[in-house]
Amino acid sequence: MTDRQFHRPRPGRDAHPGLHGPLDAQKKLDIDEILRDLADYRPRRHGWHWREQPRGGALAMGPFEYHEVSEPLDRSVPLPAAKSFGNIDPQPDSVITTEIASGRFEDDLRRMRMAAWHGADHIMVIRTAGQSHFDGLIEGTPEGVGGVPITRKQLRATRKALDLIEDEVGRPINFHSYVSGVAGPEMAVLFAEEGVNGAHQDPQYNVLYRNVNMLRSFVDAAVAKKVMACRKMLQIDGAHNANATARQAWKVMPELIVQHAINSMFSVKVGMDKDYIALSTVPPTAPPAPSMRLDLPYAVALRQLFKGYRFRAQMNTRYIESDTREATVTHVLNLLISRLTSADVQSTITPDEGRNVPWHYHSIAAVDTAKQAMDGLDGLTEMVGLKFDGPLGVQVRELKERAVLFMEEILDIGGYFKAVEEGFFVDSGFYPERKGDGIVRSMTGGVGVGTIVPRDPDYMAPVCEHFGYNRLPADQAAKVERGEVRPCDLIGGCTLHDPAKIPFVDELDERDNVVVRLDERREHREKGLLRPEVQWYADGVATLTLFLPAPSEVAESAALEFAKKLGMRDPEVIHRGVMHPSEGSLVEVKGFVDFDIDPKKLVIPKKPKPFSDDEIRAEFAARPVSVVAATVGQDEHSVGMREIIDIKHGGLEKYGVKAYYLGTSVPVEKVVDGAVETNSEAILVSTIITHADIHRVNMRRLSDLCVEKGIRDRVILIAGGTQVTDETARECGLDAGFGRGTKGHDVASFIIRHRREKGGESRGGSGGEDR
Amino acid sequence: MQRKDDFAARRRKIAGLSDEELERRFWDLTARVVDPLIDLARGYTSPSIERSVLMRMGFPGPEAKAIVDQCLERRLLGKGAGHVVWKLAQSRGMDIGETGKALAEGRYWDEAVRLFPAAAGR
Repeated sequence: MTDRQFHRPRPGRDAHPGLHGPLDAQKKLDIDEILRDLADYRPRRHGWHWREQPRGGALAMGPFEYHEVSEPLDRSVPLPAAKSFGNIDPQPDSVITTEIASGRFEDDLRRMRMAAWHGADHIMVIRTAGQSHFDGLIEGTPEGVGGVPITRKQLRATRKALDLIEDEVGRPINFHSYVSGVAGPEMAVLFAEEGVNGAHQDPQYNVLYRNVNMLRSFVDAAVAKKVMACRKMLQIDGAHNANATARQAWKVMPELIVQHAINSMFSVKVGMDKDYIALSTVPPTAPPAPSMRLDLPYAVALRQLFKGYRFRAQMNTRYIESDTREATVTHVLNLLISRLTSADVQSTITPDEGRNVPWHYHSIAAVDTAKQAMDGLDGLTEMVGLKFDGPLGVQVRELKERAVLFMEEILDIGGYFKAVEEGFFVDSGFYPERKGDGIVRSMTGGVGVGTIVPRDPDYMAPVCEHFGYNRLPADQAAKVERGEVRPCDLIGGCTLHDPAKIPFVDELDERDNVVVRLDERREHREKGLLRPEVQWYADGVATLTLFLPAPSEVAESAALEFAKKLGMRDPEVIHRGVMHPSEGSLVEVKGFVDFDIDPKKLVIPKKPKPFSDDEIRAEFAARPVSVVAATVGQDEHSVGMREIIDIKHGGLEKYGVKAYYLGTSVPVEKVVDGAVETNSEAILVSTIITHADIHRVNMRRLSDLCVEKGIRDRVILIAGGTQVTDETARECGLDAGFGRGTKGHDVASFIIRHRREKGGESRGGSGGEDR
Repeated sequence: MQRKDDFAARRRKIAGLSDEELERRFWDLTARVVDPLIDLARGYTSPSIERSVLMRMGFPGPEAKAIVDQCLERRLLGKGAGHVVWKLAQSRGMDIGETGKALAEGRYWDEAVRLFPAAAGR
């Protein structure tokens, strides 16, 4: 973890009444505290936040310079390989999205915090199934399916938690959900009141995928968009859903361009600024399709046609199977397209999307995939350019022409509504080709049909940010026109201008709410018991990965038996992979673990605290030490040992230790002889290969030989290696063993401690005692 | 409808356009598709829109729903649900919040209807 320790003050991010922060990284989010005094909590800012770009464009981090990054976080979890580069955690320039959909918002909050630490600053909360057909608002915190019911209480609690989390990581977090379905205008007002920063809004999505009546959908959309615009929320459209729905996702590209254009221009005409209108685009194909050849021209055509708009680059979901590795490779190719073109918002799809509702660690993995690929591709276009005098240029032009022809035919046939009735959309033909399998909707059908009402000549709405005809009283209208008053002055202010007027509804359902859910697990939580989980607190889900030398059907059944016998309840195969039709299969099984572990009863090996560099130097200056070091056996691995002894790597030599390095594949006998010859006080052996337990054999041999030669009492025997632990080394008769991540100062500290214990000496110094 | 890919024939009329001309044509066509949708939205309202007006006036969701449902029943939605609350509050000299609450509880509707005489004839 990086912890930059200091917190840069940022304007508008001072302590906020009702916030109990700052959060302590060593403590879990206190959900009870989040829920406390929600009625009085108000968002401290509104509107979308783009990442801060470093001054001058470039940023030096560790040994490197980055050209496409944003300001680093105060606290974060870097990528694993960062440990070789000073634990840097470069944050790409794009906003990175994580989608959260567990069904219980209180558990989502914890995942949001984890995602933020990995670099997500756009938290997209998926709605519960069915909310888009709910004609009105839902209140309270009922449990959802595949998402959460979006309610005022859920939004407010989430915003409050995100305010704490954004202070913790040191970057504003965008909170996002959906302004769609038949309650769009209400959702928009709710979002504007509660500090939601972005939303999906696209009337075409309602029409095509939610079967909301098309007239209602467009009438509602205008008001919803106008309200979103006043708060500078980022709008994301719904066009990408055609990719996920069409039988051949790559054929709908001309139509997608048309859908993007209709929503974009409708939004502009309602009053939204282009800077807050994002096209939701997805590379439509995935390998083994030659995806780059199909996806890149489409990405380029969009960015050329929609200059001035924003781009939300989504990852492909259409061709995700249960193989998380396959999904990740597809997503990395999607990220390459983002880097070759542009992505204002880089969305992430969890690699387990093809299996289940996203699990905690898969959500985090997806965020890391985006961060890792974008960091790795930093500055790519400074060296590599798109080549337009070839198939790319030809295809880009062709896609635009097909889209123009599509738009022309919409007009020819009598407009958008008529085109929908004729099944123009989500047809799997490559327009102008038509397969006749498009989604057909009727103007006189769908959810909410017949519910729009013409505004009478004296129609009036005494509020602000209202779209459309609004006949305010004549004197009021004149003053509004001159900018002297607001429409809402008629009623003494609206909630958009006077947040004190926002009402708070707590729970309506006595049984289905967050308090009841928290209470069910309260004892478990307070006792600090542990149970595995993937999405809900202590849900008990764990996975088992098995390779079985059998055909997949046999392997699947066998895997379920293994899981049952290992004590997993209700095991279920979540992935199978054929390695060979008869030689073997990979099976992943999920099941439930029905018991808890009490961490208080665990025996956790204590890590000794290393001495400081100065203490080590002083010690070795007063009592010099020499060591013999080698990689033993038939083992050519030299890196680990060099890290421990080399001065270049901050190894033992740095502290004045005399190190005799004998090289790799050294027989154990030779090492012992070396120690005798040089009169060294310690022997360091590295043993990486573990085939047939050879590492144990070598360690034992070292101990035995020293005993035979009568030097065991005067040499310290230390082994190191990726599979070596202190326990195994001691079992084999050595004094200590060191595994992955060991540094020179760990070994030096051990030598000092060991010498002192043997000599019975007691000296001052802060280091040495157990933590 | 099924149709073979006749792109080659259809594109003839736009093949000669420069990229800029093609893009301009695309956006001109888009505007022509969108304009009627905007006009529709300007002239119509819906239960959700009216509830969103009442929300902005400070009414909680359940009250907003009750007021809009009764506006619909009495064919008053075309006047604007917020308008109904405001006008009744004016006429009775009552506070906006109190008036809305009363309407949500089913009170004063006859009076409200009388304030909008044109509605009766529709």
